[in-house]
Amino acid sequence: MKLFKKADIAIIGVVIALTATLIVLYLGGFRNVLAQNLTISVDGKIYGIYPLDEDMEIKIGDSNICTIKDGKVSMTYADCPDQSCIHSMSISRAGESIVCLPNKVVLKITGQSGDGEGVDAVAR
Amino acid sequence: MRLQDKISNGPAAKKVAYIGILSALAIIMGYLEAIIPFNIGLPGIKLGICNIVILVALYRLGLSEAFIVSIIRVVVIALLFGNAMSILYSAAGAVLSLLIMWFLKKSNRFGIIGVSGAGGTVHGMAQVAIAYLMTNAFPIMWYMPILMIAGLVTGIVIGAASYIIMTRIPKLQEI
Repeated sequence: MKLFKKADIAIIGVVIALTATLIVLYLGGFRNVLAQNLTISVDGKIYGIYPLDEDMEIKIGDSNICTIKDGKVSMTYADCPDQSCIHSMSISRAGESIVCLPNKVVLKITGQSGDGEGVDAVAR
Repeated sequence: MRLQDKISNGPAAKKVAYIGILSALAIIMGYLEAIIPFNIGLPGIKLGICNIVILVALYRLGLSEAFIVSIIRVVVIALLFGNAMSILYSAAGAVLSLLIMWFLKKSNRFGIIGVSGAGGTVHGMAQVAIAYLMTNAFPIMWYMPILMIAGLVTGIVIGAASYIIMTRIPKLQEI
């Protein structure tokens, strides 16, 4: 029986490397768990839910077009006269929204499971 | 030789006696840990001084004896100080860490610090895995790296303590 052998350093190294890998994996994986969606509603009814991580252009009826780019959403076309939704800032965080009042179109960022997520479970 | 002498003097009796003594010692260690909490502000982290006994049993007696001591310890400590849930956590941690320690010890390449450190790490991993299976809450996985590092550090400390104990108590070497 020996207190310490050189190979023990390998064990310590493996554990630390494993821990670091896990942390990196979780940092990557957590973003997906907390991935956010764009929820579009027209006249109070949900028109569609789209993930933010894909760049795309969404036609909302004939009246509006919105664009998802780099996880940010902006309105790119509206047939209404005031165009205020086009001039509003792009949105990317849960709870933010863009509203086109004349066409009753609402773009809202929502979390995957709808409301706030958190650790609710307590382990003893 | 009478049968009675055979039993009371034979190696089997010695083994049973040692398992009994070590089990009692492990339970006492668990009791000590329950009344003197080693608290650094994070739940689930403890020194695990019972593992000194498990290590001694593993090094001096063998896997099956260490396993019996470990199971007795887990069940009795859970009944005394824990609850139905804690038995699951500690049993998973105890069994898995004992197996990895036995495997590393058997390879004969590692010192007691490495063996015990790996055992502590696996103990932490097992507990988080069980917690995840019970709750299905992914965020609990964040606790895995914390318990792994904590297990490594406490395992190294426990390994060093076990080494000192085994070298200072010569009788223990003759088991």
